[in-house]
Amino acid sequence: MLGFIIRRTLVVIPTLLGVTVLIFLMLAVTPGDPAELLLGERATEASLEAMREHLGLNEPLYIQYGLFLKRLIKLDLGETIWTRQKVWVEIRERFPATIELAFVAMILSSFFGVVLGLISATKQYSWFDYASMLGSLIGVSMPVFWLGLVLMLLFSLTLGWFPMSGRISVETDLQIITNFYIIDAILTRNWAALKDALSHLALPAIALSTIPLAIVARMTRSSILEVLRQDYIRTAKAKGLSQFKIVMKHALRNGLIPVITVVGLQFGILLGGAILTETVFAWPGVGKWIYDGVVKRDYMVIQGGTMLVASTFVFVNLIVDILYAVINPRISVK
Amino acid sequence: MKKTMILLAMVFSLLMVVSAFGAEPKMGGTLVFGRGGDSVGLDPAYETDGNSFLVCDNIYEALVFYKDESTALEPGLATSWSITPDGKTYTFYLRRGVKFHDGTPFNADAVVFSIGRMMKDRNLKFTNKNWNIPPQDRPPEYWVSMEMDDTISSIEAVSDSVVVFRLKRVEAPFMANMGMDFADIISPTAFMKDPKGFLRNPVGTGPYKFVNWVRDDRIILEANKDYWGQYGGPYLDKVIFRAIPENSVRFLELKAGNIHICQFPNPADIPMAERDPNLKIPSQPGMNIGYLSFNHTKEPWKSNLKLRRAIAHAINRKAIVDNIYQGMGQVAKNPIPPTMWGYNTAIPGYKYDPELAKKLLAEAGYPEGKGLDEVTLWSMPVPRPYNPEGLKVGIAMIGDLKKIGVTARIVSYDWGTYLKRQREQPKDMDLFQLGWTGDNGDPDNFLAVLFDGLASPAIRTQWHNKAYHDLILQGKTTIDQAKRAKIYEEALQILFDDVAAISIAHSTVKWPARKNVMNFKLHPTGGVRMKNVWLDK
Repeated sequence: MLGFIIRRTLVVIPTLLGVTVLIFLMLAVTPGDPAELLLGERATEASLEAMREHLGLNEPLYIQYGLFLKRLIKLDLGETIWTRQKVWVEIRERFPATIELAFVAMILSSFFGVVLGLISATKQYSWFDYASMLGSLIGVSMPVFWLGLVLMLLFSLTLGWFPMSGRISVETDLQIITNFYIIDAILTRNWAALKDALSHLALPAIALSTIPLAIVARMTRSSILEVLRQDYIRTAKAKGLSQFKIVMKHALRNGLIPVITVVGLQFGILLGGAILTETVFAWPGVGKWIYDGVVKRDYMVIQGGTMLVASTFVFVNLIVDILYAVINPRISVK
Repeated sequence: MKKTMILLAMVFSLLMVVSAFGAEPKMGGTLVFGRGGDSVGLDPAYETDGNSFLVCDNIYEALVFYKDESTALEPGLATSWSITPDGKTYTFYLRRGVKFHDGTPFNADAVVFSIGRMMKDRNLKFTNKNWNIPPQDRPPEYWVSMEMDDTISSIEAVSDSVVVFRLKRVEAPFMANMGMDFADIISPTAFMKDPKGFLRNPVGTGPYKFVNWVRDDRIILEANKDYWGQYGGPYLDKVIFRAIPENSVRFLELKAGNIHICQFPNPADIPMAERDPNLKIPSQPGMNIGYLSFNHTKEPWKSNLKLRRAIAHAINRKAIVDNIYQGMGQVAKNPIPPTMWGYNTAIPGYKYDPELAKKLLAEAGYPEGKGLDEVTLWSMPVPRPYNPEGLKVGIAMIGDLKKIGVTARIVSYDWGTYLKRQREQPKDMDLFQLGWTGDNGDPDNFLAVLFDGLASPAIRTQWHNKAYHDLILQGKTTIDQAKRAKIYEEALQILFDDVAAISIAHSTVKWPARKNVMNFKLHPTGGVRMKNVWLDK
């Protein structure tokens, strides 16, 4: 088991290196000059030249890449072009917000997705099955952007149940420790702030979870249906076990394996989807930050940001693989 | 009966007058300003974007201030100044008893430090303490683009409250430049404590001081209780700048009462704001110009004046302002805004007249557009303060040109590439759209940087006109403003007659606000000053 985990962890390194090369090549073929964007209409030849020189943009690409790798080994991601701050400082300020949002969205989508899928599978071709599968089809095809605005109009402006945007109200005082507002509120026993932070999380988390929820529900349904057709299920039935026990004890454990893979992959999609969700809900996370970095051609932000997202993604999938091995020990043997 | 009515009416109108004047500013409250993006940094010397400057506007102050609703100058941290007759030595007499937010006294050394740190060759003299200013974090952008290194030769603190600037050349817009954000005075002790961290922990002398910044979310300022100003604010306890990127969400937050002012709403939301009894819409003609210009390095545009005139009369600028600016703009006659001194009111603007345009086109040698290759019309891919949708404006222009027989097509790139290639005046560019937002309210800041092609090959309109160039130089070196105004009026006439470029529109800024936000005024420079703003109720 340990050997399996170590082998899987080592594979992460070439994967991430591959990511850095890919990012560099993409930046090389993408037009746009950060110095030009920084200075806008008022750029003069002199100011452009000084800025390019300062940013090291006059160096050939392979030297820029070499410098990047050299810093990376020292775990230094460099300094951003626009805000002139250490990239890791910028990440530290924003990443907790994204993780908080993506994590809650992932819990929502996994829990409700599995429940919906399970009920649909056991009650195949019932009205509930049709309704939830139609619902998840709509869920998959709904643009987050539009859904976000609809949620806001309905639950904030009209009903007043949840705040519209942001991470915490301007009046709320919260002592920041970890920058995960929920954790900070619990640590400082600030229950008012906890309630405020959770109510701010509600709408963006719902908006962000719809697509993964729909995918998980569909996946669970088909996987459980598949399992339910197996011989051992028939045997269990013949033994006289209740339907509930059959599903919970026998079908679920086997049926969930492909679902866990999907949930792992969904986390990547959640990080990607966070860009739109964060923009709509004014959520100060890393998704919006990377998007702005792309628009402004801030190479340092793009590199640091993609490295971060890629490592998170790889890390989550590593955990999924390990979970896999736990659920199905045959996998780690291979 | 009649007498009673008259008496009642008199009492009533008296009450009205009293209530209007009796709007005594109230102290206290927190104002939340909703904006489209976060600030990049808060060190005025190095910032380039509006969202950074509008926070700086409240933390820092410069030697001279722009007046509340214009770019006319008034005393700021300097109470007075004098200029030698040769126009090369400026002496500033500083306000006494002013302190920075960190308690550091404001004095001549602080001025030498703040401005001097932007100089390439630091020819500085302090009176008390010789500050060893660390090397620049990066080129100070405004300083470089306003060519300050070519202007200032030395800065010298003569006494605690007197500073002398010696110039290398006569530069008439110098005083106006000293009112710009980049010339704000910062606390030298705060800067030296942590030079790299200063942009996140700003310390100035302004009416509000910096408290906290949650990146991409909010910046919190609180009232500076020791502010030197004897009249007016700060009235508010706190000002919070909240970043809400999505325009429609920001507007919804305003409607819901969660923010007090909404920066840059979607034009389509303005009518909704007008109907809302809880909102009002402060507006201000922007100090900007959106224009269409020619590739003057290339024939036929270079020497065929009749062709340029034909294009000018073919474009229906009113339709563009009505439909694409959605009323948030005015048709331009000159490339400087009408509120600026030097504006030439005698210039009528190019009349929209397709018949005249056709006639001119024929006289230019291209009857009904025959013989003219397909024209490439470069259009901006991004919204700019002076033009909400460059591509749509381009498409409208193509339609207008089609009507006189000229075929044209849109060319566009990503914004960085667009700016870069445009400056190279490439062969595949015939016409291009661009624009400008003024910095200091000086006509030179429009007319020299945009159109004086003889000054530098980097000027975006490479129109070479000796008479114009001479006038611009004369304007730069004449100190008397009345004389300068005449010079620029003349320059504008040449520009108009020779159709160097076609002025399209000046955009108008409209930022809806809650009704209880009092005394909020938009500034032509795009600045946001909270000093005299107060909240009713």
